[in-house]
Amino acid sequence: MSPKTLYDKIWDAHVAHEADDGTCLLYIDRHLVHEVTSPQAFEGLRMTGRTVRAPDKTIAVPDHNVPTTLDRASGIIENEESRIQLDALDKNAKDFGVHYYPVSDVRQGIVHIVGPEQGWTLPGMTVVCGDSHTATHGAFGALAHGIGTSEVEHVLATQTLIQRKGKNMKVEITGKLAPGVTAKDITLSVIGKTGTAGGTGYVIEYCGEAIRDLSMEGRMTVCNMAIEGGARAGLIAPDEKTYAYVMGRPHAPKAAQWEAAMAWWKTLYSDDDAHWDKVVTIAGEDIAPVVTWGTSPEDVLPITANVPAADSFTGGKVDAAKRSLEYMGLTAGMALSDIKIDTVFIGSCTNGRIEDLRAAAAILKGKKIKDGMRAMVVPGSGLVRAQAEEEGLADIFIEAGFEWRMAGCSMCLAMNPDQLAPGERCAATSNRNFEGRQGRGGRTHLMSPAMAAAAAVTGHLTDVRDMM
Amino acid sequence: MEKFDKLSGIAAPLPIINVDTDMIIPKQFLKTIKRSGLGVNLFDEMRYDDDRNEIPDFVLNKPQYRDTQILVAGDNFGCGSSREHAPWAIKDFGISCVIAPSFADIFYNNCFKNGILPIALPQEQIDLLMKDAEKGSNARMEIDLEAQTITTSDGDVLTFDVDAFKKHCLMNGLDDIGLTMEKAAAIDTFEAAAAQSRPWV
Repeated sequence: MSPKTLYDKIWDAHVAHEADDGTCLLYIDRHLVHEVTSPQAFEGLRMTGRTVRAPDKTIAVPDHNVPTTLDRASGIIENEESRIQLDALDKNAKDFGVHYYPVSDVRQGIVHIVGPEQGWTLPGMTVVCGDSHTATHGAFGALAHGIGTSEVEHVLATQTLIQRKGKNMKVEITGKLAPGVTAKDITLSVIGKTGTAGGTGYVIEYCGEAIRDLSMEGRMTVCNMAIEGGARAGLIAPDEKTYAYVMGRPHAPKAAQWEAAMAWWKTLYSDDDAHWDKVVTIAGEDIAPVVTWGTSPEDVLPITANVPAADSFTGGKVDAAKRSLEYMGLTAGMALSDIKIDTVFIGSCTNGRIEDLRAAAAILKGKKIKDGMRAMVVPGSGLVRAQAEEEGLADIFIEAGFEWRMAGCSMCLAMNPDQLAPGERCAATSNRNFEGRQGRGGRTHLMSPAMAAAAAVTGHLTDVRDMM
Repeated sequence: MEKFDKLSGIAAPLPIINVDTDMIIPKQFLKTIKRSGLGVNLFDEMRYDDDRNEIPDFVLNKPQYRDTQILVAGDNFGCGSSREHAPWAIKDFGISCVIAPSFADIFYNNCFKNGILPIALPQEQIDLLMKDAEKGSNARMEIDLEAQTITTSDGDVLTFDVDAFKKHCLMNGLDDIGLTMEKAAAIDTFEAAAAQSRPWV
């Protein structure tokens, strides 16, 4: 047999039909659904008299619109459109009989955090969701990617997707990370190197010692942002850490089925002489704590650097950088660490897991946030929130001056009331710094949870290594 | 789905790279449960000021580009989220063809599901089309999907690539789901085999 990559193996195990021209029907093992990209898809089913083919493989969670304030249990959602969208998901989940975690359920949270937490996401699966950050689930060695609403409808009706196979890209992070450097710094540094279109048409497999050393939480952070590098999916081969994370989760296989699953999972790695269409290698030792300065996730620099000049770039990037600097209100040459921050947001599907909250709390313990700073922590799920409370992390955040919120997407994309005002500058642990992403005119700097916590204390972008 | 075969229309230049889906349709307009009516909010934050007045400098607000049907843009168009609201807004505005050096994968696929033809061309050809688009309403481009050609207002003819299956669906306005359901037997067979080989799924 010819050598295969991990992506090749998962792909081959899921082709339900291949046409003469290479167009395939890829079978989907898990379909995650949230309230924003699904209403039109369910409506499409109703209009054509179609049903959900595999409701037992379909999991619905509201996350984008839900308020994260503590009083949300009162059930009042002030924005009528948000309420209609949440009501639609509630009705669709019940009418079509899919698994469902409503806002009132402690297991509710961001769909990409709930899936792994509940054991829905397993190695070797195909996982899709009407959300680009579905790439997150690749951390388990699952082929996971975002789809549009028409494709959501297609998967609901047929449990398959019409696909052509992508190309294989290997991103290897060798060696060890230095202290203060995290999974977020890895994934941002990769995008900084390859650009936001560098992965277009590829599925990325992340490998190397620094990736192996990451926890499952860290691996999810890395894969989550594969899409920001243009790749629909990012993968990490499963190993003992993966099995340990999955074992015992509510929907993970048990007993004999666990043994059978393990036997297959252990075959899920890229063969030594597999073919790669593109290879990127970065030395772990060379990665520094990074922040973004512009309005594209590729605008990444070490915290010790200065704001770049637009004319230091080439091609279309010159105008883009000019536009970014103007939007961000920055002057070329100023030290990144001199940039003052108004708001800190810790959360999102990128960095809303327990380890992220631990990393931020470790910096904040015994400290206060800067006077006038607005700071919030939004746990990625109700269970992350409960665990953080049990571990005493919530008290550290609250004593430092952070708001301690309920689970949801929150200020990552500002569809709920958590938004930036025009000109407001935010240190965010989320994944996109696009113009207006966190609110019209809002200015976003992406970074790790520890770096965001450090900025909350000092009031400006800060090298977390100075506080360790 | 609406069929796409030939298109003759005004092309607007948008020489910006990395046009992301938050630019195309900001998140506050994702709260709809319909597919229609988003055209008025296409490029909302670039198109209107804080008081909802049109920003006259923005290309689609200029009198000669109000009836734009073709958009010529920079590299990596449609990057960011999977929101199909982006192609819905583009289509609802009246644009049925976007031409750029490259597209983000999810956006590119979403276009075909909504009667929009995305065309990727090398940068030097984009430069030529961008210049042509700058002529405003005096210049009309012609797109012929069957022949896979673009004809500029000066009569220059460029050819483009498109996946044969996607072309077929677009030209005939075919519903993907209906086509896939014709292969239900293959899906049934696969599902039964997978239930044996991977029963934990």
